[in-house]
Amino acid sequence: MVMDTARGALIEVSGLSNRFGDHRVHENLDLSLNKGEILGVVGGSGSGKSVLLRSIIGLHEPNNGRINLEGAPLDHRGAPDPRLTRRTGVLFQRGALYSSLTLCENISLPLREKAGLGKADAEALALTRIRLTGLEAKTARLYPEALSGGMVKRAALARALALDPDLLFLDEPTAGLDPISAAAFDELILTLRDALGLTVFLVTHDLDTLHRVCDRVAVLGQGHVMTIGTLDEVANMDDEWIRAYFHGARGRAAMRQSSTNRESA
Amino acid sequence: MAGTEPGQLQRADDGQTLRATGDWTLTHYSALRRSTRAISSAPTQVVLDGIQHLDTAGATLLAELVGGERLRQIAGNSPELPEARRALLITVANAMADCGTLPPETRWGPLELLARMGKALTDATAKARLLIGFIGAVIACAGRCLISPRRWRFTALLHHMETTGLNAVPIVALLTFAVGAVIAYLGATVLGQFGASVYTIDLVAYSFLREFGVLITAIVMAGRTASAFTAHIGAMNANEELDALRAQGLDPVELEVLPRVLAVVLVLPMLSFIAVLAGLGGGGLIALTVVDIPVSRFITAISEVPLNHFLAGLVKAPFFAFLIAVIGCLEGFKAGGSARSVGVHTTSSVVQSIFVVILLDALAAMYFMEIGW
Repeated sequence: MVMDTARGALIEVSGLSNRFGDHRVHENLDLSLNKGEILGVVGGSGSGKSVLLRSIIGLHEPNNGRINLEGAPLDHRGAPDPRLTRRTGVLFQRGALYSSLTLCENISLPLREKAGLGKADAEALALTRIRLTGLEAKTARLYPEALSGGMVKRAALARALALDPDLLFLDEPTAGLDPISAAAFDELILTLRDALGLTVFLVTHDLDTLHRVCDRVAVLGQGHVMTIGTLDEVANMDDEWIRAYFHGARGRAAMRQSSTNRESA
Repeated sequence: MAGTEPGQLQRADDGQTLRATGDWTLTHYSALRRSTRAISSAPTQVVLDGIQHLDTAGATLLAELVGGERLRQIAGNSPELPEARRALLITVANAMADCGTLPPETRWGPLELLARMGKALTDATAKARLLIGFIGAVIACAGRCLISPRRWRFTALLHHMETTGLNAVPIVALLTFAVGAVIAYLGATVLGQFGASVYTIDLVAYSFLREFGVLITAIVMAGRTASAFTAHIGAMNANEELDALRAQGLDPVELEVLPRVLAVVLVLPMLSFIAVLAGLGGGGLIALTVVDIPVSRFITAISEVPLNHFLAGLVKAPFFAFLIAVIGCLEGFKAGGSARSVGVHTTSSVVQSIFVVILLDALAAMYFMEIGW
């Protein structure tokens, strides 16, 4: 899908500051997430990627700064703003599936609680999501403890998609998946984005994912967004850490892979 | 999602073609479901270009209506649809085509209840066997550590003695003081009917020296310490810390279980002694103030209790302590990766340790009576 900047920012973060004691994670951080784009967020360990995600979705109260949704500020005091939560799906790093519910119940819970569907309808839709994310129908009655790491990731995506959100927050979605599943996951995100017009905020370390799915990439470091732009723009920035990140052995391999894909396509 | 016009299905004049219009989204799911249910025979052709908004919920209904395979064909042969919409239809159609059905839910009927009861019984015997095996493992590990002083872990031992022992002193003292007062009231009421209320103090002294000092302390420890052990070791297990220890060739029983068991075994007799003092204090206070027994009578009554009653009480303490700590640790080992599992096993460890303490106390009471202590 071609990036359409005219559609403007869906989410705007401005002046965000986060401190834990003396440790400053974010210092006056600005970032905007445009409608319909997949924004990849990268950064070293401890650069505050997850804290940024949690600040936007209202699970962490920032020390300073504001977060706008379609131009109007979000009010995350007390609980995450319903204006955001009703159109948002979140995939947590370790899945965060409800351990006392089966996979099917995990996905039908928001459908029954928020969309007001009956049990049979909710389960029928849950099954679609289970199949959409590439899980087998027979896994539906399993409890999360019986699922493998990759299955947990898929199930968590299925739950994030339950309410047909138009905004997805994915925290390391392909970490812990084998390369084939990770590639399938990338394709799935692309297909869903194109089909549903999703906007995706994607925290990842997976260079292949960055190359395959991201329209823009933001690099976090030193408390703010060091650079943001298309992958090529960002990768050619004159910064030691960024060069090491994108042009290290793994980065080069992913780039070669991505350019051969483009030629063969 | 701003849906204004709920989706509809219209049958064309030829009776074979359906035309879908409006919004096919989650917001209108129930209404859409009713209209797709109303279509009795699967239509041969569905025209989709009248659809305004479409999401996966609507696409699922369309796939249910015509079948995944057919929807894929329709989407493929509809060049008038935007590419993104075709991609959505084909993705959902693919997912639904080889979808299979939901496996039946777990049944909870009377027959299953019987099966669960049977399973609980076999589980209980397996649990008892496991506990006996674990006790053996702990004793063997203690034996191995005893001969090499290098492996005595004083820091861990003292830490656990502080958290399980010293920190428990206020609650144990307060509870036994209150129970002592209650028994004194009971004695004053019942013995007073026979004009024997001076013996109230003997009732308190015998019951605390022999039974209640140890028993109440052990029950508090079962609630306070066994649960803490299970939750802590269970969380370590969930975080793969125990596996990490094993992978480094370390023995989790030696590092985690032994210091805890030893700490409780050392601490419970001391706490029991404090409990006895507090119980006598509570009983004595009531005896002095309510029953008007003189202090001298209070002191002679206690000093006249034969020593073997006190020993019969205190000798049980290390056994209770050992079982409480071992059950707490074992349940922690059994707790699996999930939050639910840690909760289930924490409950189980408290229930089991209180059960074992009371059962053992009853057996000991019978035994000591028979041998004339």
